[in-house]
Amino acid sequence: MSSTKILTSLGLVTAAALTLASCKPKGTASAVTGDAASKVYVAPGKYDEFYNIVSGGFNGQMSVYGIPSGRMFKIIPVFSQFPENGWGYSEETKPMLNTSHGFVPWDDLHHIALSTTGGTHDGRWAFGNANNTPRIARVSLSTFRTEEILEIPNSAGNHSSPFITENTEYVIAGTRFSIPMDNQNGDVPINTYKQNFKGSISFIKVDTSGHMNIAFQLRLPGVNFDLARAGKGKSSGWFFFSCYNSEQANTLLEVNASAKDKDFIMAVNWKKAEQYAAQGKGFKESVRYAHNTYSDKTHSATSNIETSVIVLDPASCPDMVYFIPCPKSPHGCDVSPDGESIVGSGKLAAVIPVFSFDKIQQAISAKNYDGNYEGIPVIKYEAALRGEVQKPGLGPLHTEFDANGNAYTSFFVSSEIVKWSVKDLKVLDRVPTYYSIGHLCVPGGPTAKPWGKYVIAYNKITKDRYLPTGPELTQSAQLYSIDGDKMKLLLDFPTVGEPHYAEAIPAEMLMKKSQKIFRIEDNGSAYAAKGDVNAKVTREGNKVHVYMTAIRSHFTPDNIEGVRMGDEVYFHVTNLEQDWDVPHGFAVKGANNAEILVMPGETQTLKWIPERVGIFPIYCTDFCSALHQEMQGYVRVSPAGSSVPLTFSTGKTEPAPAAAPAGATPARPTKN
Amino acid sequence: MKKLLLFSCGAALLFTLNACSGSTSEGPVVASASESNAPAGGQSAVQDDESQKDVVKVAASSKDHTTLVAAVKAAELVDVLSNAGPFTVFAPTNAAFDKLPKGTVEDLLKPENKARLQDILQYHVYVGSLKTDLMQDGQTLNQVNGGNITITRKDGKVILNNSATIVASIPASNGIIHVIDGVLLPPAP
Repeated sequence: MSSTKILTSLGLVTAAALTLASCKPKGTASAVTGDAASKVYVAPGKYDEFYNIVSGGFNGQMSVYGIPSGRMFKIIPVFSQFPENGWGYSEETKPMLNTSHGFVPWDDLHHIALSTTGGTHDGRWAFGNANNTPRIARVSLSTFRTEEILEIPNSAGNHSSPFITENTEYVIAGTRFSIPMDNQNGDVPINTYKQNFKGSISFIKVDTSGHMNIAFQLRLPGVNFDLARAGKGKSSGWFFFSCYNSEQANTLLEVNASAKDKDFIMAVNWKKAEQYAAQGKGFKESVRYAHNTYSDKTHSATSNIETSVIVLDPASCPDMVYFIPCPKSPHGCDVSPDGESIVGSGKLAAVIPVFSFDKIQQAISAKNYDGNYEGIPVIKYEAALRGEVQKPGLGPLHTEFDANGNAYTSFFVSSEIVKWSVKDLKVLDRVPTYYSIGHLCVPGGPTAKPWGKYVIAYNKITKDRYLPTGPELTQSAQLYSIDGDKMKLLLDFPTVGEPHYAEAIPAEMLMKKSQKIFRIEDNGSAYAAKGDVNAKVTREGNKVHVYMTAIRSHFTPDNIEGVRMGDEVYFHVTNLEQDWDVPHGFAVKGANNAEILVMPGETQTLKWIPERVGIFPIYCTDFCSALHQEMQGYVRVSPAGSSVPLTFSTGKTEPAPAAAPAGATPARPTKN
Repeated sequence: MKKLLLFSCGAALLFTLNACSGSTSEGPVVASASESNAPAGGQSAVQDDESQKDVVKVAASSKDHTTLVAAVKAAELVDVLSNAGPFTVFAPTNAAFDKLPKGTVEDLLKPENKARLQDILQYHVYVGSLKTDLMQDGQTLNQVNGGNITITRKDGKVILNNSATIVASIPASNGIIHVIDGVLLPPAP
């Protein structure tokens, strides 16, 4: 082992030295081809070719870009509060961020999985993971809003997720950190890792409406699970996971998790696991996790706490889980479009091993094992190996595929994308990235039917690439053409948050079904006021409910009196518009949370606790119309115990009994 | 003050309209960008079958307003009235236009009379969404062209400039249309 290790290290050092000498970037000008601008220029009013759904990393969001232009269209809040539209601040959306740990207003979203049918994009949903407080979210690709968030029990550092099976039967969520299980006493010494810490992979069933439920979990040895991909085509019914820290270190993993020259790719026969679960081979464990759903009917979220999960133990479920040795802390674990090649990218390895699904099956039939790891058979490396990509670069991370038999692997250390042939494992081309690429994306790259045309690099470091903005710089994406034999750099574009994984899907698959409005007649909110005449203000003890409507260009009511210190005021704002792209906003002076943006036909609620006596302006925050600046009003707050009656109005000017028109400023229209 | 505001507002809208309609040239196009879906016109060209109809679409779907719709098109006000508004549009019926001296409409539709036509049509539009129950006897409304109209309430009817009566009201996504039985003619400047 030690000699192999030394050789490997030597190889690394040599390769590093060579790279330093030969691959020094020559500067932007020489790297960009002359016709790059015309290839990314999308003329005003024209549409991009692809939607690029990009993870936001530590901002906890997804963002939507156009490819090839790199223009950003939208930020979709998922796991983090978003004051821009009130996500996680409004009463309706707060339950979406509920967890067994209470309200969690931030998370770290790493990976995107677009739903597939038959292994190809179907344009229904985007899934994303919360890495910190383990959760999986499902985002609708017709409303571009988060519809469901499911917490994952027995997990910590939900990194190996979300990855989906060919027909989106399951989304999987694998734990990065092994930990004592939730139903055990976790008050144990940290250095009892080997006895007390376990790993788990959750298989989340997705029904036809998208609704998620944890079907079962696999109870696994205490290692770190990193990334995964489902099998497809011939390997349909299998799932492949990268694992590191097979050393089971609990401290200084930088050194201690790199001691062995090989960790594992874990192969799971999920069809078998599904059978075992159906046969009742699993055991039920008590756990607590939140399951949050958002309804476009009631325009509000509900959060339920689930209390049990079914666990499958490989010890009592044979022929379900296998380990395959893989060099040096594998990160990416990617499967070719035909399902035959499983690419394990050891981030410290000098080669990229490519495993063969057929050979894995033969090895299992022949029990061609190299012992076991905590009872799980370890297939011999050579028995599973198709071959190795030799000297591909330094620090391989992730691999995507095109439709022409090529693979594209990102290299963090040597800052490059390397194109290689899946058939003969030969390196075909390499291009520098600026700098330190993490994930990469070929449209349809993880599916059975890659759309190809581009590869997009998501870079961690941008140093001198943009105008400097102090110590913290934007992270970025870089777009390359892969139409020809040579990859060509076309465009840099900055990204919001830290882009980890991203997927791209043809524009025509989504744009036609993009939802424009919510029908007001379908609004099932208990607090909706469907029409100005239904606007009202009610008092229940110290709770004041304002059933308010918004339509160009006034609120009803826009004058409210009789609110007292000690009251909790709930502004339930219903947007009566039935017109695409006409949201109304709502804000009240001194509110301790955010504004809300209310979509056409929707009801959203802002809670406000006045902290002083006085007059408090309210106004529409989204420029809605020519009279947007007129869309305003006042709330009067009186001392506790005040006898000011609770009244509300729009368009009434006291003491004159004849009312002025609603929504108009006093000066216009005028009376003769 | 308020007039100024309205003027500049209207001017901005018109400016936008001209800028849009005048431009036909396009820059280099990505060969494979989704060209077939690319919009070419102004806001009136937005493809949208889900939203409520705006004032232009409501008028265009009325058999009784073909003259008005033709005039709005000739005056290049289609995009303006497809804007977020909100607008109160007083919409004379075909019969109302027929009451004008013979040849008046034909004359107004001539290209050289576009400015006069725009002035007349903008005299029928108020920025703001006013239902009839918000209209008071004796009230004046300052219209988009800068002129005022006067409202009279009589026997439950709402009459404009003592010459046109509101006979129906139709809500639209970006305001409201009040159908009237006479054409409002702005006072000579």
